[in-house]
Amino acid sequence: METTPDLTAIPLEVKSSVGTFRAVNLKKRLRLGEALIQGFLFACGVLSIFTTLGIVFVLGRESLLFFQRPEVSLVDFLGATVWQPAINKIGIWPLVNATLMTSLIAMSISVPLGLCAAIYLSEYATPKARSILKPTLEVLAGIPTVVYGYFALTFMTIILRAIFGEANVQIYNMASAGIVMGIMILPLISSMSEDALSAVPRSLREASYGLGATKLETATQVVVPAALSGIAAAFIIGISRAVGETMIVAIAAGSGPAFTFNPFQAAETMTGHIARISGGDLSYDSIDYDSLFAVGMMLFLITFALNLISQRIVARFREKYE
Amino acid sequence: MSAPTLTFTSDQALQVRNRIGSVWRIIFLLATCIGIISLLALLYNIVDRSFGLVAYEYKVDPATLADRPLDQLSKEELVAVLQANISKGAFGKLEKDKPMADRSYDDIYGLVFERVVGQKVVATWPLTDSLLRRSEIEAELTEDEPQAVLQFRSWLSADFVTRPMASQAEFAGVRTAILGSLWLITITITIALPIGVGAAVYLQEYASDNPINRLIQTNINNLAGVPSIVYGMLGLAIFVRAWEPLTSGALFGVTDSNGRTILAAGLTMALLILPLIIINAQEAIKAVPDSLRQAAYGLGATKWQTVWSHVLPNAIPGILTGSILAISRAIGETAPLIVVGASTFITVNPDGPFSKFTALPIQIYTWTSRPQDEFRNIAAAAILVLLIMLLSLNSIAIILRNRFTRRL
Repeated sequence: METTPDLTAIPLEVKSSVGTFRAVNLKKRLRLGEALIQGFLFACGVLSIFTTLGIVFVLGRESLLFFQRPEVSLVDFLGATVWQPAINKIGIWPLVNATLMTSLIAMSISVPLGLCAAIYLSEYATPKARSILKPTLEVLAGIPTVVYGYFALTFMTIILRAIFGEANVQIYNMASAGIVMGIMILPLISSMSEDALSAVPRSLREASYGLGATKLETATQVVVPAALSGIAAAFIIGISRAVGETMIVAIAAGSGPAFTFNPFQAAETMTGHIARISGGDLSYDSIDYDSLFAVGMMLFLITFALNLISQRIVARFREKYE
Repeated sequence: MSAPTLTFTSDQALQVRNRIGSVWRIIFLLATCIGIISLLALLYNIVDRSFGLVAYEYKVDPATLADRPLDQLSKEELVAVLQANISKGAFGKLEKDKPMADRSYDDIYGLVFERVVGQKVVATWPLTDSLLRRSEIEAELTEDEPQAVLQFRSWLSADFVTRPMASQAEFAGVRTAILGSLWLITITITIALPIGVGAAVYLQEYASDNPINRLIQTNINNLAGVPSIVYGMLGLAIFVRAWEPLTSGALFGVTDSNGRTILAAGLTMALLILPLIIINAQEAIKAVPDSLRQAAYGLGATKWQTVWSHVLPNAIPGILTGSILAISRAIGETAPLIVVGASTFITVNPDGPFSKFTALPIQIYTWTSRPQDEFRNIAAAAILVLLIMLLSLNSIAIILRNRFTRRL
C-alpha cells in the first residue's frame, strides 16, 4: 500500500501558471486500490449479515427436514409434553419448561441483587469503594460458564441438599443451576443498570433533595424511574443470556427431559439437550440430529426476539436530558 | 396553634424516613457484597478441591519392587521394573505404541504405577478437611480400608500441566488440552481480527447512513446476543459437514480425518467472537479525535491513507484490548466446541489445523461429568489452569488499556 501522497497527481498547471488560473480538476478520480480496499472492508461488514443468514438457513433447513418427517407434526411439537425423539414423542414443552424454570430462578436472583448493587454503586458508594467493588463484580462476568457449572454441581447443590434435605433435592436439579446462573448474570444486570443510573443527570437528584427527599427516596422515586428504560433493557438481555446459557445447565440441571415444576428435580433445558445429544456419537440425518436443529431454531427465535425488544426499548423509551 | 405539633410529627416522620433510608442503604451494600461473596466462594471451592489428602490402594507394595524407593530409580531401572513385572505381550504393545527410549521419565514412572503397582484411588478429601480433620480421616481410613495409604496431593502440579490425557485421574494431565486451546485461539484470532477490524473500519469510516449499513450495525449488535451454542450448530452444519473437504484437510492431502477438526472449531469460534471484536474496535476507532483525520485529508491523503496511517495506529491499543477480551471469551467457551465435536479423549498433541483436538474447557466439562471424586479434583485443577491463563490475558489487556489512556 502506498503511504506517501501521490505527488504526480497534483495538476502541473497550478505550478506553471502564475497569473493565469487554469481550472484544477477537483472531480473525484477512480483510484483502483482505494476502491478495492473499500470493497474488502464492505465485505467484512456484510459477513455479519451472512452469519445471521447462515444461522437462519441452517436452523431453518434442518428444522424443515425434521417437520417433513412423516412421524413429526407441528401440533405435537408445540402441544405434547413428552420429548423422546427416538420413539417419536416430540413435544418440546419439557425442554422449554426447564429453560423457563432455570431462567426464572436465575432472574429472581440476579434482578433484585443486580438492581440493588447498581443503586449502591451509583448512588451511595464513595469513589474509593466503587473503584474496588465494581471491578471485583466484573470479575464474575469474566469467569467461563463451565467453571460456574462446576461451582453449581460441587458447591451449590451440596448446600441446597444440606438445607432442604437429601431426600427432597436431587443431585442434579434446576434450582442449583438456576441460582448459579443468577450469580453469573448478576454483573451484567448490575453494570448495565448502573450505567443507566449514572446517566441520569445530577440536576434531577438535586431537585429532589431540594424538595426535601431523602437519599433513598431520591434513588428509588427519581433516579430509578428516570433510568427505567436502561434497567428494562438490562433485564431483557439478562433473560436472553439465561435462556441461551448452556454449560451450567448441562452440568448441573440434569440430563434427561422431564416435565416438572419442582425446582429440586432434574430436568433438561433446550441448551442442555443440544449439548448432550451433539456431544455423543451423532449420526447425520437421524431424527435426533434433525430434532436438535428444531430445538436450536426455537432457542434462536426466543433470544433474537428478546434482543430486538431490548434494543427497541432503549431506542424508543430513552429519556434524553439535555 | 397547630404549628408546633405539625413540626413535631414531621420531625418524627423524617426520623422514620431516615431510618428506612439507612436500612435500605445496608440492604444495597449487602446485595453488592453477595456478588463478591459468591466470587470468593467459587474460588475457595476450586482451590479447596485442587489440593488435599488422597487414599491410595496398591495391588503390589511399591517398596518390594526395587531395593530403593521407586522415585529414586533412574529411567532405565524403571523400564527394567516394568519389563520384569508385566507380561511380554503387554510390554511389546507399550513398546509398539511408543518406544521406551522415546518416552519421558514421568511417562514411565506413571506406567509403573499404573501397570505394576496397580495404584487405585480409594477416596479423596478437599483441602479444608485435610488440614482440619486429618486425624479423624486417618482413623476413619484405618477402620474402613486398612490397606490404603494416605498421602497429601496437590492435583495441580507441573506433572499435571505437562502430561497428556489418561484414563485414570491420578495420571491424567492437560497438556493436549492446553495445546488444543492454543491452536484454537491462534486460528480464531487469525481469522477474526482482520475481518473484525475491517468491518469496524468500514462502519466507522466509510459507511454512510443508509439502510444497508444500518442493517449491518443492528445485525452485529444482535449477533452479539445469540447464544454460543447456536454458533456451534452453525459450525456443525456448515464447517463440519458442508465444508468437510476443506476442514478435514482432504483438499490438502490429509486423509485420516473428518470435519471435526481444530480448523472447523476455529472458524466457528471466529464467527462467535467477531461481533465482540467489531463492537470493541468501533469504540476504539470512535475515540480517535477527528482533528487527526482532518489533518491527514488537509495534506491530501486519500481515505485509506488516512485510515491506515492515522486512524488505525491511534486505535491499535483499544483494538488490542478489545481483542484480548474477546480471546478470553473464546478460551472459556465450551458449548460450541461440544456441538462442533471436540474429542474428549486425546492423548497425542494436536499437530496442525486438521487434527482432532480437545480443549481445556472441554476437558473440565468431561471430568466434571464423571461421578468419581478424583475426577472432580482434576477438574478443579484444570479450572485453576484455565483461570490462570485468563488472568494473565486480562493483565495484558489492563496494561494495554493503561498505556492507551496515557497516550491520548
